[in-house]
Amino acid sequence: MFEWRRRREPSKAMLYLSPLIAIGLTMLTGMLVFGAIGYDGLRAVTAIFVTPLIEPQRWADLGVKAAPLIMIALGLAIGFRANVWNIGAEGQYVMGAIAGTGVALLTHDMTGWWILPAMALAGIAGGAAWAALPALLKVRLQVSEILTSLMLTYVAVQFLYYLVRGPWKDPDGFNFPQTKMFSTSQTLPAVAEGSLVHVGVPLAVVLALVAWFVLSKTVAGYAVRVVGRAPAAARHGGFDANRVTWSVLLAGGGLAGLAGLLEAAGPFGQLTPQFPVGYGFTAIIVAFLGRLSPVGIVFAALVLAVTYVGGEIAQSTVRLPSAATGMFQALLLFFLLATDVLVRWRLAFRARPA
Amino acid sequence: MTAAILVSIFMTLAAAATPILLAALGELVTEKAGVLNLGVEGMMLCGAVAGFAVAYSTGSVALGLIAATLAGVAAAMIFALLTLGLGSNQVATGLALTIFGIGASSLIGAGFVGRTITRLGPLFPADYAAHPWLRLVFGHDAIVYLSLALVLAVSLFLRRTRAGLILRAVGENADSAHAIGYRVLAIRTAATAFGGALAGLGGAYFSLALTPMWADRLTAGRGWIALALVVFAAWKPGRLLIGAYLFGAVATFELQAKAAGWSFIAPEVLAMTPYLATIVVLTMMSLGRRTGGRDAPACLGKPFPAS
Repeated sequence: MFEWRRRREPSKAMLYLSPLIAIGLTMLTGMLVFGAIGYDGLRAVTAIFVTPLIEPQRWADLGVKAAPLIMIALGLAIGFRANVWNIGAEGQYVMGAIAGTGVALLTHDMTGWWILPAMALAGIAGGAAWAALPALLKVRLQVSEILTSLMLTYVAVQFLYYLVRGPWKDPDGFNFPQTKMFSTSQTLPAVAEGSLVHVGVPLAVVLALVAWFVLSKTVAGYAVRVVGRAPAAARHGGFDANRVTWSVLLAGGGLAGLAGLLEAAGPFGQLTPQFPVGYGFTAIIVAFLGRLSPVGIVFAALVLAVTYVGGEIAQSTVRLPSAATGMFQALLLFFLLATDVLVRWRLAFRARPA
Repeated sequence: MTAAILVSIFMTLAAAATPILLAALGELVTEKAGVLNLGVEGMMLCGAVAGFAVAYSTGSVALGLIAATLAGVAAAMIFALLTLGLGSNQVATGLALTIFGIGASSLIGAGFVGRTITRLGPLFPADYAAHPWLRLVFGHDAIVYLSLALVLAVSLFLRRTRAGLILRAVGENADSAHAIGYRVLAIRTAATAFGGALAGLGGAYFSLALTPMWADRLTAGRGWIALALVVFAAWKPGRLLIGAYLFGAVATFELQAKAAGWSFIAPEVLAMTPYLATIVVLTMMSLGRRTGGRDAPACLGKPFPAS
């Protein structure tokens, strides 16, 4: 017989192994489920999880899809560590893109190196402003940031629809609900001539390193961890929980806003109603899969980027519906949460009756 | 003439309030047992798609409603397995359940997009509701009456029955309830299942009664509004009823304004109103609670046994 035994200390090995186990279980379950409903399960799972990794022409796309996930997940992870549950990153992402696009439309006839940085700053400010309201309500009135940040996501998306159908609609756009295309000075340069990879991709990795440094090497990072794990001790230690709440929400909103602007000035090149693709929600999975650690998040974002790119491949090769990608991503999070039990417990063989 | 319009507006209002009332009532019971299940939106979507799929293939709305309830319970049991069985974080697992519900409903519903069914009709024969004012009493569908009966039942259950008292004890102080000999995890699982059943039913109200066709994410965040409603109601079923009908009024205003073609308010701004109203209401609730009272169950969202 087997029995669960509580470990004396959380297992370090399992902390890193359980995401891999979760990925394996997701692939296995996906194969069985899609096999059962009449698809070629093995081909579907191969297309989603393996093909993007072994075909070099897909790697640029992986980087482009991972970049916004990394940035948003970094901000979310910092918050989750402090027990602040910002789940409205999608809204902050959209507001960042809107604010940055505002600058782009104002500077449309100008040229200069300063335009993109100005757009990026506006993006950060837009995202941070959208996170400031949940922060204010949480700190002043103890209103749950979970609900307010999520409600504001719906508001942001409607605001985007309003702008692209109304005041920001491109007058020469054949009445399509979209803004003007950004000019060359407003579009992200590629890292190399002819590459799809824009400068936002290396920037995301740099930001992950910065986040790692801040979280593990500075007093501010320490405050975040203490407030999250031991609020009472944090009070004794003189850490101000309200200040931490403000900082993590503003940082999370700013990062999501920056990600939104980079997406608008990169792959999209304009704003359209199709702009919100759900990166803000997928980033929640990335944050957990990456163990709320900045370096882990970079790898986790790659895994989720693989499922996006692979999902597109599976649509054409196995005719898997596009919604399957979301299913795989949710399964991954479920299995991750389930295998987490291995960090604190171990399965032991019971030799003789206890 | 005006009476007929007023009655018709109220009928819309009750229909808009009902799914949120159901989902919120289920979540209220779950939370009273100390479990915070943020997956309401996901469970509603599971119910919505299961209900539609079954109603479409069998032609029976009643079977659809039953399937939706079961789908909601099934989704809730995934949550229970993870949080109560394996001790995972309730907030994270609830979010996962919502992401799962969005994905699963969209995947299953892909084959049903644009298909329509005969919607759930009024419970009583039309001649009962011949007069406009009588429609207010006899003109609703079965789920509206069921939701009202459930408010009463849950209220009585929580305040007047022994089982309700035990459920509240588990939510207020799990350790003491355990020490007296109550099976905390079993009671919490049952409360979570009840929450899932009502969320599934509420979700199916969208696909079988409100808009008798399938569209992706058709619950449009109502599950989150249901969660907010529980806070607004201070975990009291009676206030939940008021809150749900207030929300129904906001939603009806949005519909009426759109139908009347008010051009001075953009449709997108109208579409924002339910979400903005929710934030305003949550804020006002907090302002009113400044006296220091506590409404939430003491063990809400905390794992048992404590890790």
